[in-house]
Amino acid sequence: MFGNIFWPIIVVGIIGLIAGLGLALASKFMAVKTDEKQEKIRECLPGANCGACGYSGCDGYAEAVANGEAEPNKCAPGGAASAAALAELLGVSVDTTPMVAFVKCGGNREITKTKYGYDGFMSCSAANLLYGGPLSCEYGCIGFGDCYNACPFGAIEMKEGKPVICPDKCVGCSKCVNACPKGVITLVPKGAKVLVKCNNKKKGAPVVKNCNVSCIGCGMCERACPNNAVKVVDNLATIDYNLCTACGKCKEACKRNVII
Amino acid sequence: MNKVTAITSILLAGILTNNMVLSKFLGICPFLGVSKKVKTALSMSIAVTLVMVIASAVTWPIDTYILKQDYNYLQTVVFILVIAAIVQLIEIVLKKYIPPIYKALGIYLPLITTNCAVLGITLINVQNKLDFVSSLFNALAAGLGFMLAMILFAGVREKLETADIPEFLKGLPITLVAAALVSLSFLGFAGIGG
Repeated sequence: MFGNIFWPIIVVGIIGLIAGLGLALASKFMAVKTDEKQEKIRECLPGANCGACGYSGCDGYAEAVANGEAEPNKCAPGGAASAAALAELLGVSVDTTPMVAFVKCGGNREITKTKYGYDGFMSCSAANLLYGGPLSCEYGCIGFGDCYNACPFGAIEMKEGKPVICPDKCVGCSKCVNACPKGVITLVPKGAKVLVKCNNKKKGAPVVKNCNVSCIGCGMCERACPNNAVKVVDNLATIDYNLCTACGKCKEACKRNVII
Repeated sequence: MNKVTAITSILLAGILTNNMVLSKFLGICPFLGVSKKVKTALSMSIAVTLVMVIASAVTWPIDTYILKQDYNYLQTVVFILVIAAIVQLIEIVLKKYIPPIYKALGIYLPLITTNCAVLGITLINVQNKLDFVSSLFNALAAGLGFMLAMILFAGVREKLETADIPEFLKGLPITLVAAALVSLSFLGFAGIGG
């Protein structure tokens, strides 16, 4: 009776003890030295495993940085802080201006005209398949919130059928940029004073007909800029933030209130 | 029956008629989980085969010399304990001495710590009262059978990716239907064993 209970306890206990001791010894004597540099780099990263850097998570990125395959400023959630820490570890200097997402569209269902009544699955990419969405502008925001659903940081709010990005919450991970079927979201330097709020790559009358706040590619901003920072590419004003001094001359020049 | 015939019949039975996944329905989780691509299916199967053979080699003596007939009921709990420890140990050893294999097996090695196919084969070995060599070959056969099932099914799933599947069957439902059909086809092998 006593043996029936006691013996199994001893057997399982001893086997467990041997297994545990064996593992403990094995992990001690056969420990593989992981790259010290890689571990230190990993400690500087936030551990969000968001994949914005293009690697399979923070560990993958740390390995790539340690091997010199990746730049130290690719971590979006860590931003300037982690880039600076990594740069110090590696002894290099990096460009650390944080980027935030920006919606290049001023239209919504009131301002932009409606092409047809959409009654399907409420997703931008689904609506986009049907003649490029229900709104008349084929370049603009559809407003069904694919970016809102993609944002892992809760930085996007849907207001009046449009995504509004909170720059303080946005870490510039590009998830929304990739989620948008129109490519209407782009990354701009945080705190940029001059922004082009239109994505329409056509020019002239058809653009005016579709939307009141649209870039027609007239080139007034390009001529007004004293620093050559504004260029009209594909009939759309674009700003080179390396040259822009935020003087605001392009804003004054724009007759269609597209540059804000 | 001489030894070679015996071992051949164990291998054939393990791979075809008593296939771990498709006839005994053990190890269904990795069968559905890691069979999306042939490459990952292969890595997983190699890891499973390796662990099955080593686990059988360790659990058979434990059962025969320590548990014996009196403590059969301890088999499951002791085997789980031992298998979990072995998998960890294999991982440590591989990491130290054969890093390429460690990298190739990657996440699959720790994943099979609690795989029921591994526990299943060790229990089947001792319950069928196989001798030591036979249980090793039985484990090898079970592993190879698992590999066969995984690769066959991964091939089927790669075709499913491009197939025009009705909306209500998309995803897991069609995978389960396909798994059932593959399993049904293996039922045909039962006739070979007689």
